[in-house]
Amino acid sequence: MHELAVTESLLEIAVRHAQTQNASRITDLYLVLGQWSSIVDDSIQFYWDIISDGTIAKGATLHFRRVPVLLTCQDCGKEYQPASEEFACPCCGGTHVKVKTGEEFHLEAIDVEE
Amino acid sequence: MPQRIPVVEKILSANDRLASENQSRFDAAKVFAINVMASPGAGKTSLIEQTIKGLEGRLRIGMINGDIATSFDADRAQAAGAIAIQINTGGDCHLDAVMVKSALSKLDLGALDLVIIENVGNLVCPADFKLGTHKSVLVASIPEGDDKPYKYPGMYRGVNAVVINKIDLLPYVPFRMDFFKKGIEVLNPGVTQFELSCQTGEGLAGWLAWLEGQVQEFIRSQRK
Repeated sequence: MHELAVTESLLEIAVRHAQTQNASRITDLYLVLGQWSSIVDDSIQFYWDIISDGTIAKGATLHFRRVPVLLTCQDCGKEYQPASEEFACPCCGGTHVKVKTGEEFHLEAIDVEE
Repeated sequence: MPQRIPVVEKILSANDRLASENQSRFDAAKVFAINVMASPGAGKTSLIEQTIKGLEGRLRIGMINGDIATSFDADRAQAAGAIAIQINTGGDCHLDAVMVKSALSKLDLGALDLVIIENVGNLVCPADFKLGTHKSVLVASIPEGDDKPYKYPGMYRGVNAVVINKIDLLPYVPFRMDFFKKGIEVLNPGVTQFELSCQTGEGLAGWLAWLEGQVQEFIRSQRK
């Protein structure tokens, strides 16, 4: 359960960026979470409602964009989503792969009002 | 009208920044640091105990232990001959760079060559929080099962070495080593691996030689 630390960090980043634009209120936050980043949306939402209280982000809506894991086989070039117990390339059986997407863990944008 | 502000900032960037400050501190003191992560019961403390004993007289070792409430593990490291600092995380499931920073102020880095940080037993959270160590090590163990790389891919990505502990239990526990290693190979190609038993001592020499080599190489690189 490290979502509290994550949510605190999220609030700090959002407020800092809003202040640079002299915004008085944050209405929406857009988060990007890869499938392999170990974050639970519901827990962030739970903590968010508590820790954003009394800040310029109070009541802001959290939008989560989940990015599926996509691997690129370095042997045959195939892009694929790995199965739960088989990560190797479904085409050539290769295990020499690169993680193309699925490890994202960042705040993409915020909506603010002046 | 609401206005969209692009941010694109990693959510744990503050922790990352502090972690790099911790690393600078290790570098300045010419101390090599490793972050040891594993699930509860995989044998982190046993491996650290064996490491302290195995490198006695060769390296001066300090240990920082993260534990939710007790100091049993730090006590074991201290008994084995290391200088140990205990961090009680107060329920937190992982160590972070802030906790390590405060522990560092209690360690005399000038009197050490190697700091071993034992993270909280957990296969999910510690992977996301950098501490400022030079290398990270994941301890897996035979009784946990061979599916762990598939269930906890985040943990296996980004570590510099995987120690497979409790190999003395292989005759008694179903564990497909090929299946386990194939998962690791995809997640972390070419990662250094050790199969050993802290109980029997089998395979420990390879681990100790690797670790000592890493420390020596680091010290050489810091002299340049």
